[in-house]
Amino acid sequence: MSQSERAPCSPASQGRAAPPRAMAWRRRRTAWLRFWREYRRNRAGVVGLAGLMLFVLLALAAPLLVDPAQLSLTGAPGTPYQPPSARFPLGTDNFGRSLLDLVIWGSRVSLTVGFLATLVSVTLGSLVGILAGHFRGWTATVLMRITDWFLVLPTLVLAIALAAVLSRSTLTVIVAIGVTAWPTTARLVRAQTLAVEARPYIERAKALGGGHGHIMLRHVLPNVMPLVLAQTTLLVANSIITESTLAFLGLGDPTTVSWGAILQDAREAGAISAGVWWYLIPPGLAIALVALTFTLCGRALEGVLNPKLRERR
Amino acid sequence: MSAPPRPHTERAAAPPRRRQWRPRAGTLRYIGGRLLSSAVSLLAVMVTGFFLFRILPGDPVLAMTRGRAVTVEQLAQLRREFGLDQPLPQQFLDYCLGVLRLDMGMSYQYRAPVSELIGARLWPTVLLVGTATVLAAILGLWLGTRAAWRRGSATDRLNTGLALTLWSVPTFWLGLLLIAALATGIGPMPGLFPPGGMMTPGTTGTLAVAVDVAHHMVLPVTTMVAVVYAQYLMIMRSSLLDELGGDYLVTARAKGLRNDLVLRRHAVPNALLPTVTLIFLNLGQVVAGTILVETVFSWPGLGTLFYEALKVPDLPLVQGLFIVFSASVIVMNLFADLVYPVLDPRVRP
Repeated sequence: MSQSERAPCSPASQGRAAPPRAMAWRRRRTAWLRFWREYRRNRAGVVGLAGLMLFVLLALAAPLLVDPAQLSLTGAPGTPYQPPSARFPLGTDNFGRSLLDLVIWGSRVSLTVGFLATLVSVTLGSLVGILAGHFRGWTATVLMRITDWFLVLPTLVLAIALAAVLSRSTLTVIVAIGVTAWPTTARLVRAQTLAVEARPYIERAKALGGGHGHIMLRHVLPNVMPLVLAQTTLLVANSIITESTLAFLGLGDPTTVSWGAILQDAREAGAISAGVWWYLIPPGLAIALVALTFTLCGRALEGVLNPKLRERR
Repeated sequence: MSAPPRPHTERAAAPPRRRQWRPRAGTLRYIGGRLLSSAVSLLAVMVTGFFLFRILPGDPVLAMTRGRAVTVEQLAQLRREFGLDQPLPQQFLDYCLGVLRLDMGMSYQYRAPVSELIGARLWPTVLLVGTATVLAAILGLWLGTRAAWRRGSATDRLNTGLALTLWSVPTFWLGLLLIAALATGIGPMPGLFPPGGMMTPGTTGTLAVAVDVAHHMVLPVTTMVAVVYAQYLMIMRSSLLDELGGDYLVTARAKGLRNDLVLRRHAVPNALLPTVTLIFLNLGQVVAGTILVETVFSWPGLGTLFYEALKVPDLPLVQGLFIVFSASVIVMNLFADLVYPVLDPRVRP
């Protein structure tokens, strides 16, 4: 993909009859097809992608499948602890709510937090990484010292501390995860930025009078993006697990349904020692499956985008 | 972390002799630099602790008494008790001096010094984390080596798949499942292990206590190992795969060494070095794992204390534990930095 982004700048693309914009699009399309061909070769990645789409569709379609009124404690349709049956395919919880409905509804919070927290951390990480890679000298030193320091701190402990002192809401969880998860991205982006900036076309852009902003946005960023994408998919898996962990520790929004919160309810209600397995297995399995699909996609992307890894397989 | 240079020459199989390694000016400078940077990190942890728990919550006393009926006098009394009626710079100074003297204030919930509470709960955590880390490292390194050596084989695919799956599973859920399956018992199978705690009350005698604690440790340690070993496996696998391209392995084979010897004496020692550092660097995640595992299994350690403090929230205690957890990770990293040159002659300053 990085080939295509570079294309408009390379001398080979000049002096042809076709308008440059159309040609750029054509190149982009072939690069995309090449990327997809390469990705498709990784069977685990394709499985992960399919699973991912399924989960996203489920979360989007949740309001069609589930009546939110039945998820409140008072509107519960069944009696407590009913084992799986035709009416409640995954049984009911200690309030008589359908677990299938809870798990479907929980996917919304888990995926939202996963995506948004990743967005926050990837944006922060890319910003710090590109700045630290582009401006050498003391800016880079200071930024990298901060990054290294965050890298050393136990992420979850910091996230828990943040979530504990701020008010209980989904936004807090997103901020707590986003603010603590960015350093790995920053390191990765900085390394890639340094590699990109050593290429001759950056020198050409500088010679033509490109400023810092132009070089960082138009030349470095497009070349860094593919690797960031792979990192992002891996980060989403982490964020979803962290979200469920925070919810399980009682630090999530108490009014929303999320997979971690369901597990916390199960534990507090004593469902584990009572042997109510249908209360315990579905939410955890959902977390694990979503995290696994993201991990599989991320590894497949990494394999396609990082030639060093590609040879190894 | 900078990766060590790739070896292109064959390294002596025998461990490097100690006599060759004398403290020189360069070594001393290296150690001094590491110590200094760790000290700066610790200082930063201290400042973050203050920022997180004194400034970010607005009024810490209001945060702690949230949802409880307290009078204005009680609030004022609490503020005085925690020194919150002082101006902020004075608070910061008192706090810093306190932390340096290992005095982290009084717990709101237990009405006891935070450092005392932490000291009392430290050893169970060290026991749990130590056992789990050692077991996970052995298992992960061994399986990672096998996976890399036979890459692409069924063993490799099985190991990598299992590791990825376990890596995706939330720690606490795995713990809950183990309790449900092995402590509560399924159907006719009785509970094999206790569902929580560290020992049965009333056990006496050194041997009996040791056996009882070991019995209680099985499930928590299994949970932690399952979550942590996967990472070590993946690191060892990729590290060994990096080494497998090395010319020195061709040399070793050309000399007529058996495959097994090439692996054991040549490839593994080189692959082990980056892995060891990464194991130390990943201790932050082990700390996170402890909090969850201890909470799920009611193990009377720092993790459970953290969870109990969070529920109140008992901010002085949370703050103290935050500092202890972060400091332990920094100290472990320092340890890794100092041990690494001893293990690996290539990075000696």
